[in-house]
Amino acid sequence: MLDARPVPKSASPLVQVEGLTMHFPIYSGVLRRHTGDVKAVDGVSFTINAGETLGLVGESGCGKSTVGRALLRLYEPTAGRVIIDGEDVASLSPEALRKKRPTMQMVFQDPQASLNPRMTLSRIIGEPLDEHTDWAEAKKLDRIHELMDAVGLNRRFANRFPHEFSGGQRQRIGIARALALDPKFIVCDEPIAALDVSIQAQVVNLLEDMQEKLGLTYLFISHDLSMVRHIADRVAVMYLGKIAELSPRDDLYARPLHPYAEALLSAVNEPDPAIAAKRRRIILSGDVPSPANPPKGCNFCTRCPKVMDICRTVKPDLAEVEPGRLVACHLYTNTSAAGSTGAPEATERNQQGETR
Amino acid sequence: MADQALPVLEVRGLETVFRTRGGEIHAVNDVSFHLERGELLGVVGESGSGKSVTMMSLIRLLPAPPADIRKGEVLLNGEDLLKMTPDALRQVRGAKVGFVFQDPMTSLNPVFTIGDQVMEPLRKHMGLSKAEAAVRAAELLELVGISDAKSRLKSYPHQFSGGMRQRVMIAIALACDPDVLIADEPTTALDVTIQAQILELVKELRQKLGMAIIWITHDLGVIAGIADRVLVMYGGQVVEQAPVAELFANPQHPYTRALLQTVPKITGVREARLKVIEGQPPILTAALSACPFRARCEYRHAACDAANPARRAVDGQPVGRGHDVACHWQAPAAQEAVHA
Repeated sequence: MLDARPVPKSASPLVQVEGLTMHFPIYSGVLRRHTGDVKAVDGVSFTINAGETLGLVGESGCGKSTVGRALLRLYEPTAGRVIIDGEDVASLSPEALRKKRPTMQMVFQDPQASLNPRMTLSRIIGEPLDEHTDWAEAKKLDRIHELMDAVGLNRRFANRFPHEFSGGQRQRIGIARALALDPKFIVCDEPIAALDVSIQAQVVNLLEDMQEKLGLTYLFISHDLSMVRHIADRVAVMYLGKIAELSPRDDLYARPLHPYAEALLSAVNEPDPAIAAKRRRIILSGDVPSPANPPKGCNFCTRCPKVMDICRTVKPDLAEVEPGRLVACHLYTNTSAAGSTGAPEATERNQQGETR
Repeated sequence: MADQALPVLEVRGLETVFRTRGGEIHAVNDVSFHLERGELLGVVGESGSGKSVTMMSLIRLLPAPPADIRKGEVLLNGEDLLKMTPDALRQVRGAKVGFVFQDPMTSLNPVFTIGDQVMEPLRKHMGLSKAEAAVRAAELLELVGISDAKSRLKSYPHQFSGGMRQRVMIAIALACDPDVLIADEPTTALDVTIQAQILELVKELRQKLGMAIIWITHDLGVIAGIADRVLVMYGGQVVEQAPVAELFANPQHPYTRALLQTVPKITGVREARLKVIEGQPPILTAALSACPFRARCEYRHAACDAANPARRAVDGQPVGRGHDVACHWQAPAAQEAVHA
């Protein structure tokens, strides 16, 4: 059934991100002076409701993985607030952060690199339990077996090493490890990018099953737009460190508003020759500018087919242009949002157009 | 140009085995196909299906040992590449057969300029002088859409983005006006918007230059957009072969059918749950005595364990010319397009 998720989509969001900024300093010259910043993430705001999946899409280098990592404070964010389940993760003390870790977990892109080759399967899955619980060995083992059953790994494999598994199975190990401490929120950073097409579906279905069973909330980071359409409830499109558009899934795929979202969707190859022949692609010229030196105005102005004069000088803010749809584009600045609900994202950054 | 009626490339019964310490790996098993002039043949399959190894075997780019091409003929304009001397073969590679690899980061030499690398085949194969080669190299870079080509000749690969490097690779492959261009996952490492640029470029170049292309990919979407004909590979053999529209409208092999359903769509009805191909691809430690897909197949029956199915025609045309499939199971008559 479509969208038949038993999880109550509560009004209060589980994850609230406000103005998240992640700059990596550049040092150069003999004195290693601080000469600039790679603005990997530049003022990103969004919310994820409990039980929801937010898709985060964009091309390589747009900052989507950095968002995921900064969210869980695997990086120290330069600025911004990340409120997960009522606490600002970005400003927690190390002690408090450690206590917070069990609620938020991550599934990494490369299952080959994210599993320690010298640890057995049961030690990998059990490591979070060693760190965060004082359970007896027997209880831990029970939990490990339970997790292995849940992700579809045979219990007999508990003493094997990661290299004995295929890519899809390794990703199952990564998922079991992320689930070990009963998290509420999981960042899935390109969990299927390294897998074969026939294996991708297995892993995506597993993630969906787990969400349904455990009421998990996902941030699903991917560059695969058709898979995001399948798994996400809402989708944020990132370009060069900023969110270009954040819309409910069906709206976005039916009628993308931001010119970048439009071009990105038109570039996806549909596995159907009849559609492929009819399709009008928007071919963007050139490459993504360097995040160390983004354009002065809108980040997309160097490649945008609908670029206007204002785009080259003024950065557009993310604003609600239709109910539930946030777009950062000057094309929509004048169409003031009618009947908007005033989403939390829109409040702090709203110079143009009333939200109410 | 040789006889127009003959296919430019014909491969018959190719078999490649890797000898490793752990035993033999039968990577390519009795692969036969042909390539017409000006045609774009798509080759689809997942990793380990033998698609890259097949193409590398064609022009003997695999190190031997461990690779051992046991059997087969590879006729390029009627000449068997597998029987050629290494010297003669060197005249073919880069001149008559161009190659574009998956990863533009690692296939360009970082210590030579772009110009040196584009000029190399021109000087080696066509005997151009340095000045002539430089002029031609600039033309080639312009052809693949690199602006300000002349000054770019002096740049190094690290100064180019991924998409531009892949354009350079295409320029090098096209330098000597090859009869056949083999592109091994040329867009896999690129972002979608850059991938769209490269696909558009290839379509344009085909119209201009009319060469035959073999395009290896695991992405059915790319195939649907550019191929004329498709080979589906699994377990080191061709399991289905058909013109592109026919393959997508009327897939016969259970693997092809499942593959088409396991990929979510970007338009149309959103599927509630993805269809899954259970299990893992086979490890090819022995010659195939049964269907390689049987462990994952929903239509498995006794015959599948008894013998490896041979390719049989589906539409009455000879095998290899029309639509053929290597499967014991008869697919029911075409329903409305599987994914309408």
